[in-house]
Amino acid sequence: MNGFLAFFRRLEGPQTVGRGAAFWIVFAIVLAIACAYPLISDGYTVGNTVYFFIWVFIALSLCLIWGYGGSLSFGQTAFFGIAGYSYGILTLNFGSAYGFTWMALLLAIAIAALFALVLGYFMFFGRIAGVFLGIVTLAVTLMLERFMAQTAGPEWHIGVARLNGFNGMSAMPPLTIPWPGGDIVLFADIGLYYAVLGLLVVVYLGLRILMNSAFGNVIVAIRENPERAEMLGYDVRKYQLITFVIGAALAGLSGVLYTVWGQYITPSSMGMTAAALPLIWVAVGGRSDLTSTLIGTLVVLAAFQALTIYGSQYALVFMGMLLVLTVLIAPNGLVLSVMNLISRLAARRSNGDA
Amino acid sequence: MDIATLMFSALYQFGDAFAFLVLSACGLAVIFGMMGVINLAHGEFIMCGAYVTASTVHAGLPLPLAIMTGAIVAALVGALVELVVIRHLYDRPLDTIVATWGLSLIATQGTLIMVGSTMAGVGTPFGSFQVGDYSYSSYRLVLFASALGVLGGLYMLFNWTRFGVLARATIQVPHMAAALGVDTRLIYSLTFACGAGLAGLAGGLYAPTMTLVPTMGATFIMEAFVTVVIGGADVFLGTAPAGGVLAVVKSAMTSWQGQLFGQIGLLVAVVIVVRVLPKGISGFLLRERT
Repeated sequence: MNGFLAFFRRLEGPQTVGRGAAFWIVFAIVLAIACAYPLISDGYTVGNTVYFFIWVFIALSLCLIWGYGGSLSFGQTAFFGIAGYSYGILTLNFGSAYGFTWMALLLAIAIAALFALVLGYFMFFGRIAGVFLGIVTLAVTLMLERFMAQTAGPEWHIGVARLNGFNGMSAMPPLTIPWPGGDIVLFADIGLYYAVLGLLVVVYLGLRILMNSAFGNVIVAIRENPERAEMLGYDVRKYQLITFVIGAALAGLSGVLYTVWGQYITPSSMGMTAAALPLIWVAVGGRSDLTSTLIGTLVVLAAFQALTIYGSQYALVFMGMLLVLTVLIAPNGLVLSVMNLISRLAARRSNGDA
Repeated sequence: MDIATLMFSALYQFGDAFAFLVLSACGLAVIFGMMGVINLAHGEFIMCGAYVTASTVHAGLPLPLAIMTGAIVAALVGALVELVVIRHLYDRPLDTIVATWGLSLIATQGTLIMVGSTMAGVGTPFGSFQVGDYSYSSYRLVLFASALGVLGGLYMLFNWTRFGVLARATIQVPHMAAALGVDTRLIYSLTFACGAGLAGLAGGLYAPTMTLVPTMGATFIMEAFVTVVIGGADVFLGTAPAGGVLAVVKSAMTSWQGQLFGQIGLLVAVVIVVRVLPKGISGFLLRERT
């Protein structure tokens, strides 16, 4: 029982912003609103919100690798695409009976993680770090896009699943829960909303625990000073590789959910622009904290969508400017700066009371 | 087909690949080698050079002059970018990557909005010549010669001129150079402009051979990055030999399985090389020398 409690005590700690009753009360209120949201909204908006949530996973994965681990990876979209395509290939071949879709989800994530393991082995055990890591992962991502884009011919198929080149794959089955008296199909509205929201809460809290555990502290120590961490006896390469693989699995989860949501996946989901967007969310939100990444991602996504509707082609220019300005003016991220300000004010006030 | 024409064909393809790798990489390599900055907007400087070249050709300028104009405009844009953005980020290399990526997004989308989704190209000059059963484009030989010319020119610039000496002093020990009265900020600005200008030159040289679209930079950057990663920080001991090695890999894979496998070959070569020689070819050569 004690160990159980100690486990949950890791929800708060030095590596995550937000602690104490006030934070968790706000968290509970937000969660309650999120749960009640489909009741007061229409199916389309709920489906759109699911779309936002799906991107949070890839943002969190980048936050883990880049913000906490200190290695900038452009490969998240590659893992996203690999998992998305794997899900499509698996479900188109084996159907969706007996809840196989969840099995396919896990397998697709495992494939993405395996790919990251191989790539990460070469990179981290070759001791490339810093800018080179970014370049190699970017090259891998672009390569994958080009490879998938040229698979238009009928000779490119795995089982019965055609890869379809630049048009991408489509018509894969949505997630289903096997149920006596007819499977429950999670279409891209309320059903999928609760499934994704549940996953999001689990992943967010899980990452909080992970980052405040001994493992997370070592990861941050490596970011701050790799030589010192190594001198203290930690195998830096192994820790970095594990972080990279966890991040890849999260990005893969994002990819599978994206495929499930729209029932399609295209090579351009791995292209330059697709790879840039998660970076913008995480940088603007504040890469060194999970909560700010989560908030930043949702805010920037909503703003981006509004801009796309009203300003169509200027949206990407604006996003680029936002990124450059964030890096120049608020390198820690806009949301994180605001959050730090709030907690400092709160601390001052409680000091004044005492 | 006899052995001589086969040899020529292989050599021609090697030269073509070599020219592409070296020309697209040298601007990036100068900036990275001198300043440790990875410029993700490199492809957009190439695009800028190509667009300026094409529009000046349409305005009636002869091609060589147009290419020079493209390079100069790209260099000026580079100087401006350095002044506004890069200058503030020298102590944060990862943030430079992110910021230059933002710039590349702005440039690509901005060009799309202002110029449209495509631009009228320039015809490939010089026609073609026949060896054996195949005909070859003469312009590719010009590109190969230009690649060699650029490498030679850079060697002269950095070894024989006062700017070169000051620049090398600045990379080696920045604060010592500053203490001896070198304006290191100016050196950094000039170096960045030089790298951007080289990118513009590559764009101008390749403008007659490809379709001009806002995303054309992406065609170059993978090859450029791969060459710089394998080459390491030194332009002469790194980029040139890396270009040579990769050109063999690329032309062999391309003639065996097609363009895409040429690129996959490059990628596999990179992943293996970073595992074996983490500091690139130049790191390896310099270690052997000392």
